[in-house]
Amino acid sequence: MTALATRSPAGTRGRSLWQDALRRLARNKMAMISLALLLVIALVCVVGPWLSPHSMTRVYWSRVSIPPDFANQHWFGTDGNGRDLFVRTLAGGRISLMVGVVATLVSLVIGVTYGAVAGYFGGRVDDAMMRIVDILYSVPFIFFVILLFVFFERNFLMIFVAIGAVVWLDMARIVRGQAISLKSREFVEAARATGVPGWRIVTRHIVPNLLGPVVVFVTLTVPQVILFESFLSFIGLGIQEPMTSWGVLINDGASSMSTAPWALVFPAAFLALTLFCFNYLGDGLRDALDPKDR
Amino acid sequence: MIRYTYLRLAWFVPTLFVIITLSFFLMRVVPGSPLATEENLPAAIRANLMAAYHLDRPLWEQYLRYMGNILRGDFGPSFQYNDYTVTELIWLGFPASMQIGGIAILAASVIGVMLGTVAALRQNSWLDHSIMAGAMTGITIPNFVMAPLLTLLFAVVLGWLPAGGWGRGAWANKVLPIVALALPQIAYIARLTRGSMIEVLRSNHVRTARAKGMPETIVVARHAVRGAMLPVVSYLGPAIAGIVTGSVVIERIFGLPGIGRYFVEGALNRDYTLVMGVVIFYAVIIIVMNLIVDLLYAVLDPKVRLG
Amino acid sequence: MTTIFRRGLTRALMAATFATVLAGSAAAQTVLNRGNGAEPQTLDPQRATGVPESNILRDLFETLTTNAVDGKTVPGAAESWTFSGDGLTLTFRMRADGKWSNADPVTAEDFVFAFRRLVDPQTASRFAWLAKPIVNADAITKGQKPVDQLGVSAPDARTLVVRLESPTPYIVDALKHNAFAPVHRPTLQQHGQQFTRPGNLVTNGAYRLTEWVPQSHVRLEKNANFHDAAGVRIPTVMHFPTVDRAQEVTRYRAGELDWTYELPVDQIQPLAQSMKDHFSNELYFGTYYLTLQVQKAPYSDPRVRAALAMAIDRKTIVEQITRGGEIPAYSWVPPGANDGAVAYDLQVADFKDWPMQRRVAEARKLIADAGFTARNPLKVEFLFNTNDTHRRIGIGLASMWEEAFGNGVVQTELRNVEWQVYLDSTARGEFGMARAGWIGATFPDASYFLEKFKGDAGEANTSKWANPEYDRLLEAAMREPNPQKRQDMMEQAEQVMLKDMPIIPIYHYTRARLIRPTLTGWVRNPQDVAPSRYMVFK
Repeated sequence: MTALATRSPAGTRGRSLWQDALRRLARNKMAMISLALLLVIALVCVVGPWLSPHSMTRVYWSRVSIPPDFANQHWFGTDGNGRDLFVRTLAGGRISLMVGVVATLVSLVIGVTYGAVAGYFGGRVDDAMMRIVDILYSVPFIFFVILLFVFFERNFLMIFVAIGAVVWLDMARIVRGQAISLKSREFVEAARATGVPGWRIVTRHIVPNLLGPVVVFVTLTVPQVILFESFLSFIGLGIQEPMTSWGVLINDGASSMSTAPWALVFPAAFLALTLFCFNYLGDGLRDALDPKDR
Repeated sequence: MIRYTYLRLAWFVPTLFVIITLSFFLMRVVPGSPLATEENLPAAIRANLMAAYHLDRPLWEQYLRYMGNILRGDFGPSFQYNDYTVTELIWLGFPASMQIGGIAILAASVIGVMLGTVAALRQNSWLDHSIMAGAMTGITIPNFVMAPLLTLLFAVVLGWLPAGGWGRGAWANKVLPIVALALPQIAYIARLTRGSMIEVLRSNHVRTARAKGMPETIVVARHAVRGAMLPVVSYLGPAIAGIVTGSVVIERIFGLPGIGRYFVEGALNRDYTLVMGVVIFYAVIIIVMNLIVDLLYAVLDPKVRLG
Repeated sequence: MTTIFRRGLTRALMAATFATVLAGSAAAQTVLNRGNGAEPQTLDPQRATGVPESNILRDLFETLTTNAVDGKTVPGAAESWTFSGDGLTLTFRMRADGKWSNADPVTAEDFVFAFRRLVDPQTASRFAWLAKPIVNADAITKGQKPVDQLGVSAPDARTLVVRLESPTPYIVDALKHNAFAPVHRPTLQQHGQQFTRPGNLVTNGAYRLTEWVPQSHVRLEKNANFHDAAGVRIPTVMHFPTVDRAQEVTRYRAGELDWTYELPVDQIQPLAQSMKDHFSNELYFGTYYLTLQVQKAPYSDPRVRAALAMAIDRKTIVEQITRGGEIPAYSWVPPGANDGAVAYDLQVADFKDWPMQRRVAEARKLIADAGFTARNPLKVEFLFNTNDTHRRIGIGLASMWEEAFGNGVVQTELRNVEWQVYLDSTARGEFGMARAGWIGATFPDASYFLEKFKGDAGEANTSKWANPEYDRLLEAAMREPNPQKRQDMMEQAEQVMLKDMPIIPIYHYTRARLIRPTLTGWVRNPQDVAPSRYMVFK
């Protein structure tokens, strides 16, 4: 990820560049398959729970921890509480995907603004702002996430904020690097020469031109955030019942993997497939957006 | 570059100061007391416990006292583990964490770069695809799933390695934790190396070297690897953070006497002093490692001018 | 299909286990490896509070009275004892051959020192309250009297006199607790808080401490100066912290442990079948219950409390969730309570034997009487600390109440918090309903349970329940010299409590674990006491 910061964009990016990139992306088979699979997974997670006759909270006392059972339409079996795992896996997917996407967006908003401002204004502002980032980088951040979680009693929203607040540092660094190289470009200098105010240059010219690396960063960050959520579940800071997430399900499943492997296999497969797809899509986007790699 | 190093070192103390202050107050704001118990504690005893940890003093006084003690290298007594001071616990746990984490990151770098290079040189071959698929698997399986799977296979079914414990630091006890910790990092590094290697192999100076008729191995070793290492080196910063997080999981699952687990256990049990000690300790390590990484980067990349 | 899938996998694992175990047991084992739960927080006998600490200290120190192999009370550092006629003076006769691990003799004075240390507010022991029956102990702990006013004295090196506030026959059992273990005064004075380190710690029990690597292991070696050293068969005992329960089982299967601390809920039933020879399960003297904030609406309404209590299908909880052979609980004091001489009769809530149908019907009526309907639902909160069992019980309760009352009349919100926050919230009464457990591993007297909910019990009384009748009966019982009458009064008190339901009992605990079949010399008991000194490998 940080690798991106070291790359300088080749030339100004107009609309034709984006069309080029999209065309290149469309030719990347793995990336397209990944994109399609991601859409399918998202769709299944949203729609799937309605296809099952079971609700995600219903407890079947007579069918506790049973393997996949088609007669009773427990396609993925049931958990240790007798709840249907098919519905729970998909409902957990909603949460995991949402955590991944929303937390990334949070980091995006903070990181892009912060990085663009620091990079564009440079000088003292840049020094001060980047020093803060350096300090925050030195903080063992799991500690802060844990405390934030405990403090807000694992409020659902806090998951996004806590994780997003940690990931934005990378984003800010990447964007700053890009902004520095962008601000010496002709079109920015031209805008400055005609008296456009600084903040407008940032919002009109700098931010839109940062999209390339940002998009790549996003696709690579979402899977990391999803993984981090599963780590939080492992240390006992998962989402509150009766809601669930892939992380919570996998952590549950891992503790009973030798006696009830289905409780681990299904959510883990969904998680792995999703991460796979995000990573391949990210790679594809990077190749597509960076003509040097062609 | 020497000036840059001094500059960075000058920032060391203020950075640490900010981190300590932030952690100290954050820890106190969070609900839950380190002294809460299920038994009914007589007021006199509670008062004595509070006094023993100076919790009966105003917060600012506790803060000043704590800062003063830190300057003297005293991290105070642990709330949870009464028989040891925090300093002792960290020094006792450091060797295990250091060995597991250090070897894991070293192994991950070497193996990751090797795999990535091979994949890049044989781009789009079955070898490339299988290495990359393997790397992807390493990234997508959470290590709290990987670790029990490894023990089930190597300790229970095959009986080759111990399932857990430190065993006075025997090699056999370290293998599985190191593997479980290194796997995701190998995957990341291999992917990074492959990407940048492909880029470097197409660059002009590599093409020139090839055109001059240099043997391929020398081209790769002398020209390509150096350039391709840059993103890997800059990834080492995040990798260290990843190892710290990973060690929380690995040390708990394998029952290792490291300090990674104090992080979470200490924070969850409101062991103020222990958590502060571990946070400060890790902050120092991360600051130093980040500095080393940046300097290494400057050495490798002549274009970067520091200061 | 289910069973084949499960069996195939377990069998493969089992085959591998036996292979490693057989390979390891060719020679008679000389090291006992015990899984011991959490890392011990301290090995200071007066300051230690947890079960893991107790397990280690039991091997290291010998108290005045001690545990037989089955947990019964037998002479330990004292060879005999007598109660005075009024039951207020207890005189111990110390054994002549009692020695510390450094060969110093164990004297009555060592115990006086330790007891004073326990109640001294300076020590700030969380278990100082255990000494409450001893004259002036309470006042000393509260800082109202000097330490030397404690009712223990040593007229000579082999005589220890303990004076009691009221007749408390169970004190003989209570004195087995590690809080009453002697400490070697010269080492404590020389090393201060470092006296518990290997090399410093001087013990009078069957073992001595040779290594302590935090988060790795505590290693004990046989104490050659122990009076029954000849009877100690296993020369080395290792206590391993085992935080991850699933991994503890894996380590057992790999032959690295001979005795697990506990078992993960999911694996109790499968292991009971697949590892029959290794599996051991026993009643554990304690109660899992819900504590309700009786000073806060809606829990202040006794009808609500009774309805919630009745609608819980405890049989389903123990068979489908906890699955460890627990006993459905309708009483606060677990079965088997006694004061060492007279048994406490089990008290039960009146709805215990009603069929589930009648209970649900009654519960619905009570809830309707209390004014709760689908439009005006009863919203309850289930507070629990992070733990699989608690979480599953919460899910189960929510589902049972929903099924029993229907239409969302009772809505349960699950609130998961960290242990430290849980303790804080329950102590301050900042919750609606919380899961809780109380285990009388110290001694089996009913008072250990009943006093927790006395009106003046402070933070321990998490329900904040105060009933004058209950308090009166308990106070009278404490002063009652006749043991049978004392038990009767306590039984009446529990009946008062069960009528008012400030707590809802769910089940009485059991403790399941895996034990190496070659290991003998242990008898599982409700106190879950298993001293290593009696154990031997076949």
